[in-house]
Amino acid sequence: MTDTKPRVPAAEPESAAHTALPESSPGFVSVIGSPAARNPRDRRRRALRDNLEGWGFVAPALVIILGLSLFPAVWAFLLSLQEWDGFSDPVNVGFDNYAAMATDGDLQAALVHTFVYTALFVPTSVLLGLFLAVALNRRIRFIGLYRTAIFVPFVASAAATGILTTYLFSPQFGLLNQMLQFFGIPPQGWLEDPNQSMVVITIMSLWGQAAFTTVIYLAALQDIPADLLEAARIDGANPWQVFWHVVFPQLAPVTVFATIWQIIQAIQLFDLVYTTTRGGPLGATETIVYYLWDAAFKQLEFGYGSAVAYGLFAVTLVITIGVTIYSRRSSMKAF
Amino acid sequence: MTTLEAAPRSRPVRRRPSGWHLVLAPIAIVFAIPFVQMFLTSVTPAKDINKFPRDFFPSALTLDGYEKLFQTSDILLWLGNTTIVSAIAIVSHIVLCSLAGYGFARLTFRGRTFGFLAIVGTIMIPTQLLMIPTYILFSRIGLIDSLGAAIVPWLASAFGIFLMRQFFISLPAELEEAALIDGCTRLQVFFRIILPLAKPAIATLAIFTLLGSWNDLVWPLIAINNDQAFTLQLGITNFQGPRRTEWSLLMAGNVVATLPLIVFFLFAQKQFIATMSFSGLKG
Repeated sequence: MTDTKPRVPAAEPESAAHTALPESSPGFVSVIGSPAARNPRDRRRRALRDNLEGWGFVAPALVIILGLSLFPAVWAFLLSLQEWDGFSDPVNVGFDNYAAMATDGDLQAALVHTFVYTALFVPTSVLLGLFLAVALNRRIRFIGLYRTAIFVPFVASAAATGILTTYLFSPQFGLLNQMLQFFGIPPQGWLEDPNQSMVVITIMSLWGQAAFTTVIYLAALQDIPADLLEAARIDGANPWQVFWHVVFPQLAPVTVFATIWQIIQAIQLFDLVYTTTRGGPLGATETIVYYLWDAAFKQLEFGYGSAVAYGLFAVTLVITIGVTIYSRRSSMKAF
Repeated sequence: MTTLEAAPRSRPVRRRPSGWHLVLAPIAIVFAIPFVQMFLTSVTPAKDINKFPRDFFPSALTLDGYEKLFQTSDILLWLGNTTIVSAIAIVSHIVLCSLAGYGFARLTFRGRTFGFLAIVGTIMIPTQLLMIPTYILFSRIGLIDSLGAAIVPWLASAFGIFLMRQFFISLPAELEEAALIDGCTRLQVFFRIILPLAKPAIATLAIFTLLGSWNDLVWPLIAINNDQAFTLQLGITNFQGPRRTEWSLLMAGNVVATLPLIVFFLFAQKQFIATMSFSGLKG
């Protein structure tokens, strides 16, 4: 299951020369095609050979990818119209599963929890990335060390992060409560407190993922032409003004991308919940995907689980399209 | 806030230390704390761990946690399993995605545009939608509870094809034309001329695949219940129930699962950052 998707290639491999050439120039074809290619039968044979060759290159990957995504996606839709536990005979129920979602209190609670996490995580991760990128975008001593320290948590898995979270935020002996005690603040329940658990998960998500927004902002900052900044400074803008009026507008596309991307990530939160709270305490961290996983693989409601998955897909699409349209409109005003 | 652009390359005058150190040093320390605690706790004697307030540095160093980890769990087996999954995933990604990326970038054949759009379209499909049918499919073909279940979804990815196609499109075509005139076949051209030029893109692809396949949790969690076929991430996650108080053992497990990637990151930081900026990676 690839948890990963590409993004617009802002940073292409350096060595790539940016000269996209047409796939085969006319001269190329005439060189390969011998004089005999003028004969229609030879031409047809050549076309057949080209098709076979082309499909030979792409087919192995294509079959695997479509077989493990397009085919299951269609199958999931058919499943969502059934009631099935994987063993007994499936019962066709039409759109009942979708209708049931509207009155499912646990699902609505999961929706709220997911929304809370998204509202906590997305703005903080984008702003933190922006701040860290600005801070790291300079040549000072130890800058390599700072970058490494901030970027290396990116390789931490959800499993490792989960164990670290339970350790650092342990109400009994965790480092966090120890530090609070040092400042005279009473110990907190953290993951065991329904009001704090989602905040803890957000903090640790930021720890592991700040590198991503930072890196894309860093790349964007370095793409801003130096004369633009120079011009603003000569016109008498102070650094703060230069940032908000010159630099920040240049970063708008990255901000839109990062926001959409982080929203999609946030809506799909599962791993870190599983490795820390398993949805608790009192269901306070049960997200949509956690609920989906539980419905499908614990309660064995394959049909209902598939319907929830399609609901999630629809919500993700709507949000992505919404953010894109909104940013197009507002940026037209802004520039 | 002083200046925003990267400071001028070489300024002969030595300037006073930047005020940004006061911002960056504390942040760097905060970011480092979880891994530092992980390493320290893995070598801390049990008697130090259960006292409160605990000292940041252990009173003595011990490998008890590691010893217990290796003796009482199958961690080495899981490490082997994960290594197999990631190795196959990387090799398969490099071969299949490069071939397909090259095909879509350079060859003319009927259905090319349609095929590429179909691949790119699958990027929109969230993995959660695929879990249930893939689980059913894998149980029908007998892959569930075996390492194969963890391997197959990582053989190729739409992202990989997209990445490689972008790269191959940017290569000048003259290189291949000359070789084709000299009588090389397409496959020869691909392996002898194109692939060696694609090293930067292949590095990105390999790191992307390594991170994703090494750290994957949700799919192995669903597809593998047999602890002989556990991946490393699944294994250390399952520690948490029965052994949730044996912190030095837990952290030793964490070190085994994370250290390979940390070391890799330190050696190939530039490539990791290139990969990060190309993809969202984490789920």
